[in-house]
Amino acid sequence: MVTNVTSLTRSGLADFVVQRVTAVIMGLYTLCVVGFFYVTSDVDYTALRGYFGSFGMQTFTTLTVLSAAAHAWIGLWTVGTDYLRPHYVGRHAAAIRLTYQAGVLALLFFFVVWSLQLFWTL
Amino acid sequence: MKTERPVYLSLTQFAWPFTAIASITHRVTGVLLVLGVGFLLWLAAMALESSAGFAAAAATLAQPWAKPVLLATLAALFYHLFAGIKHIFMDFHIGDSFAAAKASSVVVFVLTFIATAAAGAWLW
Repeated sequence: MVTNVTSLTRSGLADFVVQRVTAVIMGLYTLCVVGFFYVTSDVDYTALRGYFGSFGMQTFTTLTVLSAAAHAWIGLWTVGTDYLRPHYVGRHAAAIRLTYQAGVLALLFFFVVWSLQLFWTL
Repeated sequence: MKTERPVYLSLTQFAWPFTAIASITHRVTGVLLVLGVGFLLWLAAMALESSAGFAAAAATLAQPWAKPVLLATLAALFYHLFAGIKHIFMDFHIGDSFAAAKASSVVVFVLTFIATAAAGAWLW
């Protein structure tokens, strides 16, 4: 079996499952947050902080942030391996793709640390 | 095997059935959401910092560029979410014929339009 060292799980089937499980988690989180803004007639600082600062939401936010990072990694990995190929970007495609993947990883890591710090200090 | 085989991929000359447009839109909105989520995080960080920060976030949203950017982010989110739900149905072979896929692609665009319009009405 051919595996790719830069895919999230090194298995297309496992990536496929991770992509769907993380999608469901993020979908439910979106529903909750949209619901909060829908039922809260006047969203002010106290209401916003009370909502995101509750232990339940901090936990759900953490689960969603980690899901988003895994989901985005698989998605952007797919995009990179589709387009950053010799046919499109020339013979340095492998180097360009690895640089792109490193950039994506750095950005996602930054988002994870930033959001965990943000929501757990409420 | 010859590695440099000729490849001809002219996107402008491809046939673009509606399902293909739906598919590439799913991908494009996914990439845009990386930036969009960054924008949402930035707004959330500001609004959750203090009541002064909340006021600063509200003032930012009052700038002419901000609500269109927020609405575009929400539109991408809605599309990506609805297209994703469609995808999971198809994983279970529900509606995976070409006719059903065409119909559900239209439904995804219509639902995105309705949800985005509702969000726009709420924002303004």
